[in-house]
Amino acid sequence: MFFRQETARVKSITFETTAWAGHMAGQHVDIRLTADNGYQAQRSYSIASAAGDGPHIELTVERIDDGEVSPFLTDELRIGDLIELRGPIGGYFAWAPGTSSPLMLIAGGSGVVPLMSMLRTRYKAGSKLPAKLLYSSRSAEDIIYRDELDRLAANRDGFHLVHTLTRGAPAGWQGQTRRVDRDMLAQYGFQPEERPQIFVCGPTAFVETVADQLVGLGHGESAIKTERFGPTGDKR
Amino acid sequence: MRDELTRLDGNAAAGPLSRFFTFEATTLEVTCASCGKESVLGKLPLYGGTMGMILRCIRCGEVILRVLELGPSLRLDFRGAACLALGPEPTRSAR
Repeated sequence: MFFRQETARVKSITFETTAWAGHMAGQHVDIRLTADNGYQAQRSYSIASAAGDGPHIELTVERIDDGEVSPFLTDELRIGDLIELRGPIGGYFAWAPGTSSPLMLIAGGSGVVPLMSMLRTRYKAGSKLPAKLLYSSRSAEDIIYRDELDRLAANRDGFHLVHTLTRGAPAGWQGQTRRVDRDMLAQYGFQPEERPQIFVCGPTAFVETVADQLVGLGHGESAIKTERFGPTGDKR
Repeated sequence: MRDELTRLDGNAAAGPLSRFFTFEATTLEVTCASCGKESVLGKLPLYGGTMGMILRCIRCGEVILRVLELGPSLRLDFRGAACLALGPEPTRSAR
């Protein structure tokens, strides 16, 4: 087990798995915690590490203060602890190298995690497939994987990165400073004629707004894959 | 009460559904029995939690399927779907 603090509230944890079947970028795992009295809580977490056979996989976890699982993972988990982890799970929101369609990724907050797995997979495969990430965060301090994303963008291998901040930017900020909107998607995304595969991940309202705007710009519904996050107590 | 951020769409049902199907169920094309709208299962809005999940039609909001976990057993009620269509299976990348 290995820990890396990504932001004040977000930590990456590398697990050594047993009997891991190998995963695709974008898949997730279910983690089940069982208390001494038998009470169980289960949550699913996206895999952040590049696709592969394991045995090591990295999860990136955002700490939710009164959550049942995330504070345990970010604060109490110790090297050597055993965790019940099931996966890999999912196949709809998943990507594998080898296709020729450009990769268009749009992330809101911790929705960047499965998309990071896709970018790491692309890099590990030595792919030159055109790829773009439009990543919306509240503030500069909330950007997850900031240095690694900068390094990936500096490779000039066809990957292009655009950040946008929605709650104020530091002096000298080079990125955008508003919510993702139609103009931003048109300016920084691929055009519908380029037939990109599009993955959108983030809070429900973010994903639905972005998906609608993409359709409005002429992207086909079937080209847009979405994954929505939200607090469990708030199902609209 | 604010709790963990979890998936709020059909992607979250992938774990329990993998016990029923040998293929990846989130890639199923599902036709709503009420309004006829076709949608990929992974895209359907999800209500409920781990022990009981309801997936609804993306257009008319009718219930398409329910998954209920009763202790060790799992119950799947798929009566809201008129048709299931299967595309190519997602290919696993070789290392």
